[in-house]
Amino acid sequence: MTQDTNDILLTVDGLKAYYQMNYFGVEREVRAVDDITMTLRKNEVYGIAGESSSGKTSFIKVLAAAIRPPLRVVEGSVKYNFKNGPIDVTTASPEQIETVRWKHLSYIMQGSMSVLNPVRRIGKTFQDFAQRPLGLSGKAFEDRVVKHLARLNLPPDVLKAYPHELSGGMRQRVTIGLATVCHPEFIIADEPTTALDVVVQKEVLSLIRDIQKEMGASVVFVTHDMSVHANVADRVGIIYAGRLVEEGPTRQMFFTPKHPYTAHLVASLPRIGDTQQRPALDGRPPNLADPPQGCRFHPRCPLAIDKCRKEVPPMIEVAPGQRSACWRWEDVKPLVNIAAPTGAMA
Amino acid sequence: MFAVFRDLIRYNIEFTIGLILVGVVVLFACLSFFSPVDPSLIYTTIPDQPPSAQFWFGTNSRGQDMFWQLSAAFRNSLTFGLTVAVLSRIISIAVGLTAGYLGGWVDRVLMFVNDIFVAIPIFPVLVLFYFVLRNNMDSLTLALIMACFGWPFDARLIRSVALGLKHREFTRHAVFAGMSTRKILLEEHLPYVMPIVFSTFMNNMLWSIGLEVTLAVLGFTNINNPTIGTALYWANSHSAMVVGVWWWIAIPVILMVMTFIGLFLLAISMNEYIDPRSRLRRMGA
Amino acid sequence: MHGYLWFVGKRALQLLAVIFFGVSATFLVTHLSPISPVESALGRMTARSVSNPEAIVAMRAALTELYGVDEPIWSQYINFWTRLARGDFGPSLLAFPTPAMTLVMRALPWTVTLLTLATLITFAVGNIMGGLAGYNQNNRFLKAFGLVAIGIQPIPYYVVAFIMLILFGFVWPVLPISGGFAMNVTPGWNWPYISSVIQHATLPALSLVLVGFGGWFLGMRALVSNVVTEDYVTYAELAGVKRSTIVGAYVMRNALLPQLTALAMALGTVFSGTVITEQVFNYPGLGSLLIDAVNAGDYSLVLAVATVSVTAVAVSIFIVDLLYPILDPRVRAE
Repeated sequence: MTQDTNDILLTVDGLKAYYQMNYFGVEREVRAVDDITMTLRKNEVYGIAGESSSGKTSFIKVLAAAIRPPLRVVEGSVKYNFKNGPIDVTTASPEQIETVRWKHLSYIMQGSMSVLNPVRRIGKTFQDFAQRPLGLSGKAFEDRVVKHLARLNLPPDVLKAYPHELSGGMRQRVTIGLATVCHPEFIIADEPTTALDVVVQKEVLSLIRDIQKEMGASVVFVTHDMSVHANVADRVGIIYAGRLVEEGPTRQMFFTPKHPYTAHLVASLPRIGDTQQRPALDGRPPNLADPPQGCRFHPRCPLAIDKCRKEVPPMIEVAPGQRSACWRWEDVKPLVNIAAPTGAMA
Repeated sequence: MFAVFRDLIRYNIEFTIGLILVGVVVLFACLSFFSPVDPSLIYTTIPDQPPSAQFWFGTNSRGQDMFWQLSAAFRNSLTFGLTVAVLSRIISIAVGLTAGYLGGWVDRVLMFVNDIFVAIPIFPVLVLFYFVLRNNMDSLTLALIMACFGWPFDARLIRSVALGLKHREFTRHAVFAGMSTRKILLEEHLPYVMPIVFSTFMNNMLWSIGLEVTLAVLGFTNINNPTIGTALYWANSHSAMVVGVWWWIAIPVILMVMTFIGLFLLAISMNEYIDPRSRLRRMGA
Repeated sequence: MHGYLWFVGKRALQLLAVIFFGVSATFLVTHLSPISPVESALGRMTARSVSNPEAIVAMRAALTELYGVDEPIWSQYINFWTRLARGDFGPSLLAFPTPAMTLVMRALPWTVTLLTLATLITFAVGNIMGGLAGYNQNNRFLKAFGLVAIGIQPIPYYVVAFIMLILFGFVWPVLPISGGFAMNVTPGWNWPYISSVIQHATLPALSLVLVGFGGWFLGMRALVSNVVTEDYVTYAELAGVKRSTIVGAYVMRNALLPQLTALAMALGTVFSGTVITEQVFNYPGLGSLLIDAVNAGDYSLVLAVATVSVTAVAVSIFIVDLLYPILDPRVRAE
C-alpha cells in the first residue's frame, strides 16, 4: 500500500490509552483505547462508528490532545503532519500543542447547547477562541468573522447576542463557525448531529461537507448513526471495545463488509420498502475494565470459533484499501440485501 | 452502612481527624455523668490553682474544679446543640419536602416564609428574646427559639432535591399506586435527602453552639447553668486574663475550637463523600 | 430594561413584606413578656435612688402612656406602626431624654461602614482565592490556605474577636482595641480623624474577615471544581483559549452567580456577626448600643435597634438581589 507520504495528515500507531483510577483502595484500569493503528489523508472525511462506551470518545480525546487524568496514554503515538511542521501530541509539550490548537486542529463538540459560555456574548467568544490563532485584531478580525458567519447563513448581529438568545440551530451553526473560522487542516466532529431533528441534521451535515470541501480540511466524523456515515464519509472505521475492527472506503464497507460487527451495523439501517427481517446481536458491549480474551467481539459473534476466543485477530488488508480484524473475514456476508445505489447514496 | 464508615475512616483523612476530635470531646463530656462534684456548686475547692496532677485543668476563681466543670459544660452544650439540630432538621425536612413536592401555592407560601426568616438577623432578635424573658429563658426555651431560626437554609436545599425527585419514575408509580402524599414523602423521598440532612446536622450543631456561646459570654442566658459559654462569661467577669488565671480561658477555648473543627470536618467530609462529582475528582487528580 | 423594572418591582414588594413581618415579629416578641416594661423600668430607676411616691406615680403614668400598655393589643400594634412611620421609638432610658431613634441613627453609620467594608473584602478575597484553589487543585499554597480556612471557619465570631483582642491587646499591642476613634481627635473631615477611624476599624474588620472568608473560599472552591467540568470550559481549554481568560470569564464568572445568591442569604448572619464583634471591641455601632441597652433595661432602645436591624438587613438583601440580573444575562430575559 504505497502512498505519497506528503498526502498523509495523521498517523496513529499502536495507541493505547487507559483510565487508571485508584479510589478507596480499589484500583481500576479501563482500557478505553487498546491498540489502534490508522492513517488519515489530507482532504478526507473519515467516519468513526461504534456503540456508546466503545472507546471512540476516548480515542478522539487523544486525537484532540485533550488527555487529562485519569486518562493516560500508555503506549503508541499520534503524529500529525501540519503545515507548520510535524507534531506528536502524545509527547509534545503544552506550548507546542498551543501553536497547533485551533489553527491547525479544531474540534466540533457534541451538544451546541452547552459549549458556549452562557454569560459571554458570541463576539467575545470568537475573540477568545480565534483571535490568537488568526493573528488579527480589531476591525480586521471582526470582518473576517462576519464573512465566515455569512457563509453559514448567520447575520452579523449574532456577535452581539448571548447564547440563550439564539435558537438551537443557530447555536449549532455558531459552534461550527467557531471551529472553522481559522481554516484548520484537521477538524474533529464529535457527534455533531446527535440529538438534532432530521431537518437540522441535514442542514448541519451539508454545512460541514461544504466547508470541508472549500477548505480542503480533513474531518474525523464520529457518530453511531450509520446513515450519516453513508452520507458524508469517504472512509469509515469501526471501533468496538477500544479496538479498530474494520476500516475502508464507505461504499465498499457497506456493500461488502468483512467483519460481522460491521455487517450488523450496516444492516441496522432501515430503508423504505425493505421488509427483510434483521437479526439482532445478543449481549452487550464488554466491560472495558475486564475485556474478553482473544477477539473482543467473540461473545456476541455469530461466526465465532475456538480460535477467536484465544487469539487476538490482527488487522489485515482484505481488499484494496479495506482492512479487517477477523479470523473469519472471508465468511462474512452482508446480512441484508442492499439494492443498487439510489440517489441517496451518491 | 458500616462499610461506608470504615472506608471513610481509612481513606478520607478529614473524616478521621473530625471523628477523633469529636470523639475525644464527647468522651470528655460523658465523663460528667461520673462527676464526683456537683458542677453548680461554687467554692468547693481552692481557687486559682494552675493545672497540676491533682487538678488536671486547674481551678477557677470561683473555687471550682475546672475538669469537672468543663465536662458538665460540654455535656450541656453538646446536648443543647443536638436538641436544636434535631428540632430544626424536623422543620426543614417537613418544609423542604412538602414545598418541593406539592409545588404551587404551598411552595410559594412556604418559600415566602422561608425568605422572611432568612432576612431576619438572628442575634438582635435573640437578644430581644432574652430582654423580654429574662430569667425565664432556660436552655430548652432557647433551643426551641433557635430551632425556629435554624431551618430556612437547609429547607431550601432539601426543597431543590425534592423538586428533582418529583418527576422521577418511582414517584409517579407511587402516586398511581395510591400512596398518600405523607407516605410518599416519608418513605420514598426521605432516604434521598438523608445525606444532606446528616451534613447539615453537623453544621447546625456548630451554628447553635456558637450562638449559645456568644449569648452566654455576654451574659444573656442563664449564667448559672454550666455551658461553654457561661464558663467564658464567668472567666470574663472575674477578669481571668488580667489576673493571670489563663487556664480558665485557654482550656475551654482550646476544647471548643477542637469541637468546632471536628464537627466541621465531619460535615464537609460527609458532604464530599455524598457528592459523586467530588468523588470522581479524588479519583482523577 | 422593561424586564429589569418588573424584576425590581417584584423584589421591592418582597422587601416590604419582609420588613412588615419581621418588624411585626419583633413587636410580638416584646409583648410576649410576662414582665411589664413599665414596672421593670420603674424598678430600675427607683433602685438607684430614693424617689418620693408622687414622682413614682407620675413616672408610672408617663411610662404607661409611652409604652401604651394599658390598651388592647391590636391598638398597641397600630400605635406601634404609626409611631414607627414617624421613626419615633420614644425616649431612651440610657441617655434620657434623647430619643432612642437618634441614638440608633448615630450608631448605624458605624455598623454599616464596618459591615460593608468587611463584607466586600471577605467576599472578594474569599471568592478569588477559592476560585484559584478550585482551578489549580494541586497548588500547595492554595491547599494550605484551604486548611487554614477550614480551621477558622467554624469558630464563632465572638471567639475569634476575643482571640484577636487578646493577641493585639495583650500579646502584641500595636492596634487599638477599643472605641471608634481616639479620644483626643475632633470628628470631621480631617486626616487625624480619618486615620484614627481607620486604625480603630482595623481589628474589628480583620476579625470579621477572618471568620467570613473561609466560608466563601470553601464554597467557591467547590463551585469552581464543578464549573470546570462544564462543556464550555472543556471546549475553551481544547481550543487553547488563554488561561487567564478561562479562569476569569468562563469559570469564575459562572461560579460567582450562585455565590451572589449565597451572599444575599448570608447577610443576616454577617450582620449578627458584625454586631457581636463590635461589642468585643467597644466599637460605637449598633452592637455596643444593643448590649448597653439590654443591660440598662432600656425597652425603647432595644426595640429600636431590633427594628432597624431587621430593616437594614432586608434592604441590603434587596440591593444584592438587584445585582443578580446585571451579572446573569439569562435572568435579564425574564
